[in-house]
Amino acid sequence: MPETVPETVLELDDLTVRFRLRRGDLTAVNGVSFAIARGETFGLVGESGSGKSVTARAIMRLIPNPPGEIQRGRILFGGSNVLDKSDAEMRALRGRHIAMVFQEPMSALNPVFTVCEQISDALRTNLGLSRREARERVVELLSLVGIPSPQKRLDSYVHEFSGGMRQRVMLAMALSCNPGFLIADEPTTALDVTIQATILELITGMIERLGMSLLFITHNLGVVAHSCDKIGVMYASHMVELGEKREIFANPQHPYTVGLLNSIPRLDIQARHLTPIAGSVCNMMEPPSGCKFHPRCAHAMDVCRREVPKLKEVAPGHHAACHLHDQGAAA
Amino acid sequence: MTAQGATDDMLLEVRGLTKHFTLHGDIYSKLAGEKAQVLTAVDGIDFHIRRGETLGLVGESGCGKSTTARLVTRLIEPTAGQVRLKNEDLLAFSPRRMKETRKDIQLVFQDPYSSLNPRKTIMHILSRPMEIHGLARSWNEKRERVLHLLHRVGLSVEHIDRYPHEFSGGQRQRIAIARALSVEPELVIGDEPVSALDVSIQAQILNLFRDLQEEFGLTYLFIAHDLSVIRHISDRVAVMYVGKIVETAPASALFDKPLHPYTKALLAAVPEADPDKPPPRLTLKGEVSTPIDPPPGCRLCGRCPRELPVCAEVEPQLVDVGGGRQVACHNL
Ligand SMILES: Nc1ncnc2c1ncn2[C@@H]1O[C@H](COP(=O)(O)OP(=O)(O)OP(=O)(O)O)[C@@H](O)[C@H]1O
Ligand SMILES: Nc1ncnc2c1ncn2[C@@H]1O[C@H](COP(=O)(O)OP(=O)(O)OP(=O)(O)O)[C@@H](O)[C@H]1O
Ligand code: SF4
Ligand code: SF4
Ligand SMILES: [Mg+2]
Ligand SMILES: [Mg+2]
Repeated sequence: MPETVPETVLELDDLTVRFRLRRGDLTAVNGVSFAIARGETFGLVGESGSGKSVTARAIMRLIPNPPGEIQRGRILFGGSNVLDKSDAEMRALRGRHIAMVFQEPMSALNPVFTVCEQISDALRTNLGLSRREARERVVELLSLVGIPSPQKRLDSYVHEFSGGMRQRVMLAMALSCNPGFLIADEPTTALDVTIQATILELITGMIERLGMSLLFITHNLGVVAHSCDKIGVMYASHMVELGEKREIFANPQHPYTVGLLNSIPRLDIQARHLTPIAGSVCNMMEPPSGCKFHPRCAHAMDVCRREVPKLKEVAPGHHAACHLHDQGAAA
Repeated sequence: MTAQGATDDMLLEVRGLTKHFTLHGDIYSKLAGEKAQVLTAVDGIDFHIRRGETLGLVGESGCGKSTTARLVTRLIEPTAGQVRLKNEDLLAFSPRRMKETRKDIQLVFQDPYSSLNPRKTIMHILSRPMEIHGLARSWNEKRERVLHLLHRVGLSVEHIDRYPHEFSGGQRQRIAIARALSVEPELVIGDEPVSALDVSIQAQILNLFRDLQEEFGLTYLFIAHDLSVIRHISDRVAVMYVGKIVETAPASALFDKPLHPYTKALLAAVPEADPDKPPPRLTLKGEVSTPIDPPPGCRLCGRCPRELPVCAEVEPQLVDVGGGRQVACHNL
């Protein structure tokens, strides 16, 4: 069968990000590699604090320095390394070609500008629209993201918007210039399921129409199940599992992924207690040796305490970083 | 269960609660002398929560949930309506009395990024409320309590001297939860308190809420968009749509058999964590309804698959339909 190799839009190679804090160093992202093809949606999931947002910010070159620094690795966007670009080149890339929806809207929106001013700013600088054209386009965008009576809300400030409305303002801003690549960090956490479905439809439409690619960070495994093509699972700064969506849901190979899938609360039954993964989360200032999951893993072996497991292919296109998959390891 | 007087165990009672906001027009409409627009964020809602009970509050983004939370904690004052705490008129409390009462009603804000002081360490953020309310005196005692709280929300000693911006979104959310719990409140209002957490840590925090409720009889008003979380944590659920409560019911009844068309639409739109299940369905058509000058009649008009001619003219009222349920709809 002839295979068409899809064009790779983004490739991360051994990305390592470190923060130098008063009490010592914290490696937030540790040797992470993955690739996203044109038109593809890559879902990044994992434990809270595992390094998902730092990975996203590194791609945008928005790691605060100090205390943060990219210690190692390459971030290839359209074949060239983002880390080698000048600040001016980065500004040209951001917004127009790569846009990002930040996890906490208020961290990215400016409280002293109106909603219209914030969104139209990008439209005017990137697309050269006039004030009036930009204003009209903002009304259109706000209505696309489901803000009622957009003409009447245009001149509101973001603190006069609800949590979910702020999130949608940010999304409207990110989508305003039809970026080829969108990074969406928890873009629907503040949305009810009906508006969430509307927003996901809007994004899917842009993927189909414009061949947009999407890095989708979310805790909502229901959204992942229906919106992503591939999934990467992070735990304590490492990518621990990587593969096609169906494969990961049907056949998870890393004990953390298995625990995560078992923790999902169900809609059809009301359990008295939920089952989180046993043990406490990893201390990132003094991480355990070897596999960072070993203190919580029911399968931990001696080698797990000694050696960091490498990401290995365990089935075609399916990778896991776990010593259970070493040759000859007891399963 | 003993038959108690209906009001004895009532912790919070809200009647006719209403909040209007005045919108800024753009400069042109101001020059043209147009009247400022009024937005009705919360439109005459009634609900109650008994001691030790959890009321889940769900609804469309922008329907007035956070505004309700802020009204009940008196961070903003209502345009009309009553809030009664333990049978007393909360809105009549003196500033001094209100200050004391704040300890008992804690709000976990929807946006931890803006609710945590960026210039204070976690130790300060978590120990200051204890100090103010005289819950811990010596430094050692404070530190011990802070460490205990951190541990319960899945953080540890490594985090104690750090500043809010040095955390991930979900870590910040857990700090906000720890702060609310630090003063031993009676009523905790959680505005999306677990939305930034992965499902494993979320399960841990939900279990914590449950355990504290069993241990200390805490009462919760729990706002969330994740319906499986709402189902798990709530005894009763209230569903809001554009400023109104459209359905209230015991949690299991609501999820097993939703009655209001909006509630049905919500349940149909939940994406299940299984790629082989059908994708969520959108059963509501058309534009989202507006809280600015809403037309008379039902707010769902124009979007509702069960609409009748009467719906556009007469606003449906919440009526008892048995089984502890109330629904506001002309065509059940
Ligand atoms: N500016 C910063 N200074 C110091 N440490 C930081 C900073 N930003 C992030 N960290 C740390 O880096 C780690 C990874 O954070 P990141 O925000 O990437 O987590 P995440 O996977 O996005 O988590 P969440 O799901 O909770 O948002 C965390 O341990 C966090 O405390
Ligand atoms: N200070 C304010 N000035 C003007 N309008 C406001 C103000 N605060 C809230 N609103 C409006 O009131 C309505 C209800 O907002 P609220 O924050 O209560 O919604 P919500 O139900 O919490 O939504 P979400 O789920 O998106 O957080 C929204 O239309 C919002 O824009
Ligand atoms: S490497 Fe060892 S400790 Fe780590 S997940 Fe695999 S079995 Fe568990
Ligand atoms: S009152 Fe009419 S429009 Fe409103 S929900 Fe019921 S059937 Fe639909
Ligand atoms: Mg994050
Ligand atoms: Mg809200």
